[in-house]
Amino acid sequence: MKALLLRDLRLALRAGGGFGLALAFFLIVIVLVPFAIGPDPELLRAVAPGVLWLGALLACLLSLDRLLALDFEDGTLELLATAPLPLEGALTIKALAHWLTTGLPLVIVSSVLGVMLGLPSAGYLWVVVSLGLGTPALSVIGTFGAALTVGVKRGGLLMSLLVLPLYVPTLIFGAEAARRGALGLDATTPLLMLAGITCGVVACMPFASAAVLRMGLR
Amino acid sequence: MPELGKYAYEVMSAYAASLVLLSVLVLWTLGSSKRARETLAQAEKEAGRDG
Amino acid sequence: MPSGRYIDPMSIWSYANPVKFLTLSARVQPVLWAAALLSIGIGLAWGFFGTPDDARQGSTVKIIYLHVPAALMAINAWFMMLVASLIWLIRRHHVSALAAKAAAPVGVVMTLIALVTGAIWGQPMWGTWWAWDPRLTSFLILFLFYLGYIALWEAVEDPDTAADLTSVLCLVGSVFAVLSRYAVQFWNQGLHQGTSVPVATGGRTVADVFFYPLVLCMVGFALLFVALVFTRTSTEIRLRRAAALRARAVREV
Repeated sequence: MKALLLRDLRLALRAGGGFGLALAFFLIVIVLVPFAIGPDPELLRAVAPGVLWLGALLACLLSLDRLLALDFEDGTLELLATAPLPLEGALTIKALAHWLTTGLPLVIVSSVLGVMLGLPSAGYLWVVVSLGLGTPALSVIGTFGAALTVGVKRGGLLMSLLVLPLYVPTLIFGAEAARRGALGLDATTPLLMLAGITCGVVACMPFASAAVLRMGLR
Repeated sequence: MPELGKYAYEVMSAYAASLVLLSVLVLWTLGSSKRARETLAQAEKEAGRDG
Repeated sequence: MPSGRYIDPMSIWSYANPVKFLTLSARVQPVLWAAALLSIGIGLAWGFFGTPDDARQGSTVKIIYLHVPAALMAINAWFMMLVASLIWLIRRHHVSALAAKAAAPVGVVMTLIALVTGAIWGQPMWGTWWAWDPRLTSFLILFLFYLGYIALWEAVEDPDTAADLTSVLCLVGSVFAVLSRYAVQFWNQGLHQGTSVPVATGGRTVADVFFYPLVLCMVGFALLFVALVFTRTSTEIRLRRAAALRARAVREV
């Protein structure tokens, strides 16, 4: 399992592995927001937590189709499916690698990008904490979407259509926690709900992902 | 025709939209059912001839 | 329906079940269609011509005869797909998978009717076509789930794999649809009134004059749904069979 994690991390970090693309995308989305809604600082401050969440979610989504597609093309997935390591475990590791190379950098960068949107100082902690709690769920749910569409040619758009509705609860609680935190309100409830979703999803989703991957590879 | 009062437009458009959507669904279903019957009959004829 | 009795022991269609289903379906379809059209026709006409206006809502109350049955069937259609998907995953019963596939477009149209009539009704009552109200938002999310489900059926070429994948998507989607329902409720308090026909408590919030035609419409929509699913499932079975026959012909040549 450790070897698989290291291999995935190395592949992602290598040039052309797609690492950094998600970050660049996140940056561009955040830069485009003031162009789209105007430079009014009050307005930007109000939407900052939501925009950061949405940007992180889209950046996460963007990098999902590389998660399994490359391994499917070169046959690694077939090997993983027949390996002694349970496929559920292998997919959890792949989701973890995806989170380490996409979710975690997004969390760190979000605090910097918050400056550009005039995020109130009370909000930084909450944005970072809510993203930190929520992005693992995004990676794990995304792995399910990637596993569903692995055999489909040009499945990227289809995967977005399938994954985005599944992201709704995570986004609602995550963005709500960040918003309440930025306004100085009590954000405990949405944060606990978010943590609950993440725990539940991490515990259950790999089984669904492995099941659909076996069906798709058969 | 009942007196619909000032909301006549809303009520009529809701009924019109729903009935249009329902009839599109029903006609599509019946149409594809008819086509499937023909396709199957054709395929069985071919299978009978070849086999 | 003589084609329904054709059983070739060598073909992949040696399952007795699809044939039995086609025979059954051919027998019940005329009854179902007639009953559905009759009850919807009478229910809507009764509601439209035979019920008074509401004191507060005026004539817009007549929209309830479309809105509530459509919303009811939009949810029930997904529930039926969930049950059919489970049967397919556990029993590998082909008719079940095809019935789930057949129900999805019906569910989409029902959701669409509920959303459209709701928007038209909301405009005069709430002063807006759309509000980010929990019920409205949940229905929009349900609509997206239907679209994703249908898109996945279309995208996967091998029919059995498609049935497998969409079944799991339906299961996972159901969990997330319920989660979204509560998340959305937490996120925004709504304008929408409570349920009109609370089954659990046995009570109701609609007066008798409106209630009887409403029940007739709900029965009619349910019958229409069943009739549509029977017809569409038969269609899917016939198409699969035609494809199997063709494939066999190609193999033999």
